[in-house]
Amino acid sequence: MTDPADLTIKAAGAAMRAGELTSVDLTEAVLDRARITESHLHAFLTLDQDGAKAAAAAADAALTGGADAGPLHGIPIALKDNMCTKGIETTASSQILSGWIPPYNATVVDRLGAAGAVVVGKTNLDEFAMGSSTENSAYGTTRNPWDPETVPGGSSGGSAAAVAVGSALGAFGSDTGGSIRQPAALCGVVGMKPTYGLVSRYGLIAFASSLDQIGPFARSVEDAAVLLEAIAGFDIHDATSIRGDVPNIRGSLHDGVAGLKVGIVTELSTTGIDAEVRAAVDQTVDGLSNAGAEVVDVSLPSCEYGLSAYYLIAPAECSANLARFDGVRFGLRAEGATTEEMMAATRAEGFGPEVIRRILLGTYALSAGYYDAFYGQAQRVRTLIRREFAAAYEDVDVLVAPTSPTTAFPVGERAADPIAMYYSDVCTIPVNLTGDPAISVPVALDSKGLPIGFQVMAPALGEERLFQVAQTVEDIAGFTARAGLASSEVLQP
Amino acid sequence: MSDYEAVIGIETHVELMTRSKMFCGCPVAFGEAPNTTTCPVCLGLPGAMPVPNAEAIEGILKIGTALDCHVADTSYFHRKNYFYPDLPKNYQISQYDVPICHDGSISIDVDGAATRIGITRVHMEEDTGKSIHMGGGGRIHDAEYSLLDFNRSGVPLVEIVTEPDIRSAEQARVYGAELQRIVRTLGVSDARLEEGSMRFDANISVRPTGSEVLGTRAEIKNVNSLRSLQRAVAFEIARQIELIESGGTVVQETRHWNEESGTTTSMRSKEESEDYRYFQEPDLVPIEVSAEWRDAVVAALPELPAAQRARYQALGVDARVAGVLVATDELGALFEEAMAAGGDPRLIGNWLSGEAVAWSRAEGVEVGASPVTASHLVELAAMVADATLSASAAKQVLTGVLGGEGSPAEVAEARDLVQISDQGVIAAAVDEVLAAHPDAVDGIRGGDMKPIGFLVGQVMRATGGKADPKQVQQLIRDKTTG
Repeated sequence: MTDPADLTIKAAGAAMRAGELTSVDLTEAVLDRARITESHLHAFLTLDQDGAKAAAAAADAALTGGADAGPLHGIPIALKDNMCTKGIETTASSQILSGWIPPYNATVVDRLGAAGAVVVGKTNLDEFAMGSSTENSAYGTTRNPWDPETVPGGSSGGSAAAVAVGSALGAFGSDTGGSIRQPAALCGVVGMKPTYGLVSRYGLIAFASSLDQIGPFARSVEDAAVLLEAIAGFDIHDATSIRGDVPNIRGSLHDGVAGLKVGIVTELSTTGIDAEVRAAVDQTVDGLSNAGAEVVDVSLPSCEYGLSAYYLIAPAECSANLARFDGVRFGLRAEGATTEEMMAATRAEGFGPEVIRRILLGTYALSAGYYDAFYGQAQRVRTLIRREFAAAYEDVDVLVAPTSPTTAFPVGERAADPIAMYYSDVCTIPVNLTGDPAISVPVALDSKGLPIGFQVMAPALGEERLFQVAQTVEDIAGFTARAGLASSEVLQP
Repeated sequence: MSDYEAVIGIETHVELMTRSKMFCGCPVAFGEAPNTTTCPVCLGLPGAMPVPNAEAIEGILKIGTALDCHVADTSYFHRKNYFYPDLPKNYQISQYDVPICHDGSISIDVDGAATRIGITRVHMEEDTGKSIHMGGGGRIHDAEYSLLDFNRSGVPLVEIVTEPDIRSAEQARVYGAELQRIVRTLGVSDARLEEGSMRFDANISVRPTGSEVLGTRAEIKNVNSLRSLQRAVAFEIARQIELIESGGTVVQETRHWNEESGTTTSMRSKEESEDYRYFQEPDLVPIEVSAEWRDAVVAALPELPAAQRARYQALGVDARVAGVLVATDELGALFEEAMAAGGDPRLIGNWLSGEAVAWSRAEGVEVGASPVTASHLVELAAMVADATLSASAAKQVLTGVLGGEGSPAEVAEARDLVQISDQGVIAAAVDEVLAAHPDAVDGIRGGDMKPIGFLVGQVMRATGGKADPKQVQQLIRDKTTG
C-alpha cells in the first residue's frame, strides 16, 4: 500500500471518507516523513507535532460526528514562515524576528483552520522572501529533495521541498517575483500564484506589497485548485483584496484545450533558457497542440525590462515595509546608547546581507532626485508590461513559457552573484508586475534527473481557464516521478 | 516695525473623533490606560494591513467642504518614511501630491476688516503614538529613557495647510479660532489645543514692506493654545526683524515655542531635514469620492460660524456680540433658545456677551453652569420692554439670576429694582430736583440742553434708579421748555 504521506489530497480525502484512513494516521505518516528527511532537507523552521496531532484528532472526531469541512478536512499542510500563526513562532527566516510569536493569525491561516486543514509546521524561506534559492535564510539552507547538493529554489523553498518529499500533502508560499512557481519547478511539484487580490495578504509579512500574493503548492493541479479555493475571496482586512465572486476554479478542470488559443511568450522562452528546459517546453506545447489547442508565438518586448523594473519596485516597497523592524516593539533588540543607535544596531545585526542590499537599493530608488529615474521609470515599465499582456490576451486565452531558465542549481553556485541569482526569476516576474495568475506544472526531468516546470499564465481572474490548461498539461506530461529523497530506498532505515 | 511685513502660513492638525481609528477597528478614546486601545495594525506588527475608515473620509470631506475646497474625485495615500520610535511602521500613511481636498479659503475678521486666507490643501493621515521622555526635562535628547503609548497611534488626523496669506499675530490667532470653531461646528473633532486634538505649526518670515520676495522662514512648533499662537508668532516676527536690523540673517529652521519664557528656540535646521521618500501606499487603493457622496456632504453641512454670525447680525446684534456668541458654545446655545422663545435679540445678545461673560470671569464659573436659562432671559427682556425694569436694573437682575438668587421677577422684587410706574411719584421727584437746581433749569430755558442729562441723573438717584429714565427726560423737557 502507498505510504499515506505520498497520497494526493484528493486520494487522502477519499480514503478518509471511505474509512480507510484517519487524519491522525495521515498526519503521523507526514510527520514521520519529516522526521526522516529533515536532517537532509531542512524544509521546516518549526514542526508543530503536538499541534498537528491534536488538530488531526479533532478533525477525525468531527468527521466521525458528521461535520465534514470539505476537501481539506484533516489534510496535513505546511505554511511558509512568513505567514503569521497565532502562538507559533514566525520569523520570515530572519534573525530580527527570532522568537517572535504572533498574537494573531493571517487570514489564510484562519481560513485553512475553518476548512479543517492540519498545519504541520512552518517552512523555511529566503529571509523575508528575498531570494531564489532559500540560501538566504538566517536559519540554514533548505536542500532540494531531488538532489540535496542543489537548491530547492526560492523563496518558498521549504514549502516546495516539503510537498515534494511528502512532509505535507500541500503547502502555501508567497510569490512576489516567482517565489512559488520557481521552487515548484525546481522541486517537481505544482505551484500557483493567484490573481493579485484574490487571496488576502493580511498576516503575510510583507516583502513588496504590490507584488506579494499567497498561493498553493501541491502534487497535482487539482490539489492546487482545492488549496486555492480554501483561501480565496474577499477579506475585509485587506484593502487590496478583490470584492465579488471567487472564480470557479475547478469548474472546467477536465474540459481540455480543444479550441483554446495558447501563446508562447518569445521573450521568456528563448534567450538564456537552458536547452533541456526549452526542449521540455516545446514538447509540452506540441502536446497542447495535439490536444486541440491553437498555438501561436506572442512577442511581449517590454518583458525584457521586467527584471529591472521588478528590482526597483520590490526593493522600494521593501525599504518601507521592513522599516518597522526597529527593535522598539517586538523581535530582536540590540544595545545602543540612544534610540537611533539602538534601531541602527538592531537592523544591522538582525538583517542578512541580501535584505540589507535590497533595503539600500529601495531607499536609493525612492530618494529625492532619483525617484523619477528609478522608481518612477520602473512604474512606467510596469504599465507598459501590463498593456502588452492585456493586448496579448485579446488574442490568446493563455500564455505559456518556462517557469525557470534552468533546473535546480548547485548550492552556493549563485550565492555570491546577486545578478545571476536575480536572473532565476526572469520568466516568473512579468505576471507579478501585471497581477495576473500563473501556475507551474512539472513536465519532465532533465538529464541530471532534475525536474523542469512549465508555466501557464492567464488574464486577471482567469483562474478557471488557467487550471483547465494546467490540468491538460499535467495529463499530457504524465509526470509521475518522485524526488529521490521520497523514494522508498532512502526512507528505509 | 512698520518697515517690515510678516508673511505667515499655518499648518493645522486636527484629530477626528471617529468611532474607530483611521486604519483599524480600535476605538478612538482618550485617557485610557497606555497601550490598551491597540491592535496588530496600529502597533505596526508584521503582516498587519490598513483598511481606511469611511467615517474619517466623511469627516475630512466635511472640513474640506466647509473650507470651500475642491474635492478630488480620486486621491491617493502615500507613505511618508521616517524613523521615530512612536511611529510604529516607521512610515506614516499620509497624502502627498493629490490630497483629497485642495484650493479652498476661509474669511476672517480682524478689527472689522475681512481677510481671505487661502487654504492650499486639506489631507488625510494617521496620528503617531506618544513618547513620554523620562528625565532630562522631558526632551528626547536628554532623557534617560522613554515610554511609548500607542493608544493615539492611527487616530485619524486631518492636516489643513494655508497659503502664506496671514500678515499678523492677531490674524493668526483669529484664523486659528475660526478654524477651531468650524471644526467643532462640524462635530468632527473636539479640537482641544491643550490636549493636542488640534495642533498648530506656524511658518513665519518677514520682508521689507512692499517687497514681493519672500524672506527665509522659520517653522514654529509646540503651540498649545490660541494665545500661545498669537504670542509665538508675535515673538518670532519681532525676533526676525531684530535679527535683520542688527545685520544678521534668518536661518531656515524649526523652532520650539517655550510657553514659560515666551520665546522660540532652534530645534533643527533645514540642512538636517529629512527626505521622506514618499511613494504611493501599495496596501491601499485610491480614495474615490463620488458626486453623490460629495453632494450628500454639502447637503448635510450644518450652519457654519460665518453664516451664524451673519444671521445674528441680521437680527440686530452687533458684529462683536455676534462674534462672542458664536465663539462660545454655551452662550450660542442660550441665545438660540432664547430667540426660539421670542426673546429680544439685541438685549439678550448684549447681556450674554457683556454681563454674563463678565460674571463668568469674575466668579470663575461657566455661564452654562449657572442657573440662568433661556426663559429667564426672555422674561428679563420682556420686563425691560414693558418698563418693569430699566436697562441698568435689568443688568443687575441678570447678575442676581446668574448668582442663583432666583428668577428675574424674584430678583427684581428682592433687590427692589422694579421701576416706579406711578406717574405722580415720578412727577413729584422731577419737581423736587428742578426746584433744587434753578441754575440748570434757567440754562435749559436759555437753550443750553446739556444740563438735562445731569437732571435725569439726579432724578434717577432720588428714585433709587427705579424711574424710567426716558420718561424722566421727557418730563424734564416738558416742565422746563413747556
